[in-house]
Amino acid sequence: MVTSPGYFLTHLWLIPLFPLISAALMLFFGRHVSKQAVNLFCVGSVFLSFLHALGAVLTLWFAYAPDARFYQQILFQWVTPGAMPAAGGMVNFVADWGYLLDPLSCVMVIVVTFVGFLIHVYSIGYMAHEGGYYRFFGYLNLFMFSMLTLILANNLLLLFVGWEGVGLCSYLLIGFYFLKKSASDAGKKAFIVNRIGDTGFILGLLLVSATFGTVRFTTQGLADPSAYTGIFQTLGSMMAQHQFVYGAPIFTAMALLLFVGATGKSAQIPLYIWLPDAMEGPTPVSALIHAATMVTAGVYMVARMSAIYQLAPVAMDVVAIVGATTAIFAATMATVQTDIKKVLAYSTVSQLGYMFLALGVGAFAAGIFHLMTHAFFKALLFLGAGSVIHSLSGEQDIRKMGGLRYAIPATSLPFLFATLAITGVPGLSGFFSKDEILGHAFNRHVMMDRYLALWAVGLITAGLTAFYMFRLLFEVFYGMSRVPVEIEGHIHESPKTMTVPLMILAFFSIVSGWLALPILWGEESPFALFLEPSIRGVETDTGAITFARHSLLVEYSLIAASIAFVGLGCYLAYKLYLENPKLHTRIAASWPRLHKLLIHKYYVDEIYDALFVNRIKDLSTALGFFDSRVIDGLGVDGAGWLTRIVSRISMWWDKWFVDGLVNLLGWLPKFLSMPVRMFQTGVFSTYAVFILLGLAILLGYYGHHVQTFVRSLH
Amino acid sequence: MMPIGHYLFLSLLLLLIGAIGVITRRNVIIVLMSIELILNAVNINLVAFSRYYGDVAGQVFALFIIADAAAEAAVGLGIMIAFFRNRETVLADEMDLLKW
Amino acid sequence: MLDSVIFYFFAGIAVISAALMITRRNAIHSAVFLITTLLATAGIFLQLRAEFLFIAQIILYVGGIMVLFIFVIMLVRLDVPLARIRSRWRQWTAMLVAFAVFVQAGIVIVLAHGIPGQGLLILNSAPADKLPPNTEDLAKSLFGAYLLPFEIASVLLLVAMIGAVVMAKKRTEAP
Repeated sequence: MVTSPGYFLTHLWLIPLFPLISAALMLFFGRHVSKQAVNLFCVGSVFLSFLHALGAVLTLWFAYAPDARFYQQILFQWVTPGAMPAAGGMVNFVADWGYLLDPLSCVMVIVVTFVGFLIHVYSIGYMAHEGGYYRFFGYLNLFMFSMLTLILANNLLLLFVGWEGVGLCSYLLIGFYFLKKSASDAGKKAFIVNRIGDTGFILGLLLVSATFGTVRFTTQGLADPSAYTGIFQTLGSMMAQHQFVYGAPIFTAMALLLFVGATGKSAQIPLYIWLPDAMEGPTPVSALIHAATMVTAGVYMVARMSAIYQLAPVAMDVVAIVGATTAIFAATMATVQTDIKKVLAYSTVSQLGYMFLALGVGAFAAGIFHLMTHAFFKALLFLGAGSVIHSLSGEQDIRKMGGLRYAIPATSLPFLFATLAITGVPGLSGFFSKDEILGHAFNRHVMMDRYLALWAVGLITAGLTAFYMFRLLFEVFYGMSRVPVEIEGHIHESPKTMTVPLMILAFFSIVSGWLALPILWGEESPFALFLEPSIRGVETDTGAITFARHSLLVEYSLIAASIAFVGLGCYLAYKLYLENPKLHTRIAASWPRLHKLLIHKYYVDEIYDALFVNRIKDLSTALGFFDSRVIDGLGVDGAGWLTRIVSRISMWWDKWFVDGLVNLLGWLPKFLSMPVRMFQTGVFSTYAVFILLGLAILLGYYGHHVQTFVRSLH
Repeated sequence: MMPIGHYLFLSLLLLLIGAIGVITRRNVIIVLMSIELILNAVNINLVAFSRYYGDVAGQVFALFIIADAAAEAAVGLGIMIAFFRNRETVLADEMDLLKW
Repeated sequence: MLDSVIFYFFAGIAVISAALMITRRNAIHSAVFLITTLLATAGIFLQLRAEFLFIAQIILYVGGIMVLFIFVIMLVRLDVPLARIRSRWRQWTAMLVAFAVFVQAGIVIVLAHGIPGQGLLILNSAPADKLPPNTEDLAKSLFGAYLLPFEIASVLLLVAMIGAVVMAKKRTEAP
């Protein structure tokens, strides 16, 4: 047991905070500060995060027992709706803002901060001549914050916050050159496709919270575990009380819904279409987000929820099949791409398929291991590609490259090592991680036959990977130079800020695989042992995933088989592209339809357009029509028309009645006074008559009184 | 002494004759003269009462009326002359500027 | 006896002259008949022992006003034919109304005769030889109690004089 967590663990929350602060600084002040200041703040903040991450992981490694390497801290209670019904009865639902550090998140956080830091350093050189320098680093830091929140989250809801955040940053960074239409379109595509996946994720999240009454992963690592509920613990008690069985539909539903989100974020079939387009963004973005970190979020999430997946064999099969299919599918498309970044993009999709294949057969540790090694060599490949593009002043077409290894050796050598790593050449990291996956797939095979098919697909894909990667290598760095004359004179090596990260990544591409070295002599890989507490499932007596134990002979045979395929791929690439440079064009010409199919990416984008995109556009057109005709027509225009009618009536009323009344009031005195007017003849005699007449009348009226008075005097 | 009634009757007759003259005649000068007749009739009335009441105030009043009649005749004829200069008529019927 | 004769004599002249005055076509004839009416009225005044007024009537009324009238009549000479058409309607209305007034006033006067003491109430009608000298009496009253009206009357005459001059003056173009 540990006495006190120590500084790095208690200050776990600083890790996402550093890049957030620098992102905020860029938002407010970025425009006014110098490039050096931007470098200092943004790159420095990531470096600080890396240091803290390293410290936290080391603390956890050394100060905690292997089985209890959990540290959880809750910063504050975030979502507190109160009582909520769940599968186990009424619960008091609380989602908090808290961080969890366990073996799984240790691996992720080291990878993200370390590779992220190297890419930040690289970007100083790469983006030196670009506009929007501070904006780039601001977004990049915002991304780091979101990704770290995603990784370190202690509950599914906070993970989703990070999930959305990285999606946003992906959009912002893909569309960084927003004045270019293709770039902004790509950003939109990425975000929208991600969103489609997120629908599944949200449904899965809701189902999880409704079933378990909590979204917290586990209560392990908290200072006071009994005061909280966790999915892992609740699941354990549910299984122990036989509320659910192994393979219950509810687990399958949860797992599949969450996996839908993963297909979106991690670019699997059917939602992978955004990743190749995402190459419109600056190369460091492609390296960080679309190779090493963001796209791995789906893999991480599935691994995090491994307890549920292990209870849903149907879902696992789906994951494995989707992963394997994606792997081979993407690999075929990579073989004909002519843009250096597009090749790497399809390669990423393919490698992610490998990771899901691993997860699907139950080899969670192997999948995460491949994630780690892939982060190193894929980042290296992208940064190397960026270096090549930089050296060639922006050229990205590999048909216009060749023989560059003499001109830019500092780039080509690390690139070579990365290629060797990704193809799985023995001794380098890719070999260990890929073979672990294939090995586990084969081992599962003993239980069910279908896993053999998966293993075969993985094997063929390995061959294809070798083919297209060596094709890339040969086309770019070897053979005759096909560089256009005007660029040839300006070829220059990239600056130190770019080449040093390449070398560091190359180093790790080589050695990171050695963490699994012991499997060569039949023991468990230390990496898997380290990771085991995070990915273990709950106790169940109704079924579980198991692997067969094989003899070393079988193991070596499998390795030999994969090496054979790799060698075949390399040989084919050599034959087609290096030995006889025109050979590949002749072959492409002799199978034109196949070539065309591959070049057009199986027309998937076109199919999606026809099936979904255009249908939605039609719907919005129809709705727009409805809006303009019916709502605007009836409602707005109608209201206007009605108002006009009413006002006409009102005017008529006003003219005839109101004005009539007024006119009547004017006409009446005139009419009544007409007879009276006649008296004013203007002629004096008439007036005199009236005077006399008045006198007569007065006398008549009052005379009678006078008479009475006079009579009274008698 | 005559009974005062006789004087009153005389006054009444003269007044009415003057009134008829005012109404009937079209020549404005005759109308003015008829007005003088009316005033005169009033004078007779006043003096008669003055004699019969022994109060000389009646005669004083009658004197004032004579003075007033003079002033009025002068001004009236002046207006008449001015009007005649403009309109070349002395006929009351044609002096209808105050017509509605 | 003599009283009544003188009265009826002057009264008859007055009424007949008045009637003639309003019926003459010629304006000069009308003016002459008015003069006779005024003279008859003066006689009535004398008969009522108002000597001053008798003189005043002749001097002022006949000698002043009527002369003025004659001047104006001769100034505004209009040819007779224009005065031909008279309105019958107006004549009859006038006579009717006048008759109505005459009747009503007459009734009042007649009824008043029934009262003892020489017809109407007489307060202190003194016999003719006991009367104070008329002019003196008049002067006492005029310059005594009725001084203010006297002065006002003089102002009135002044104003009338100015007015008449202004009205009758020939309008010349303003310089």
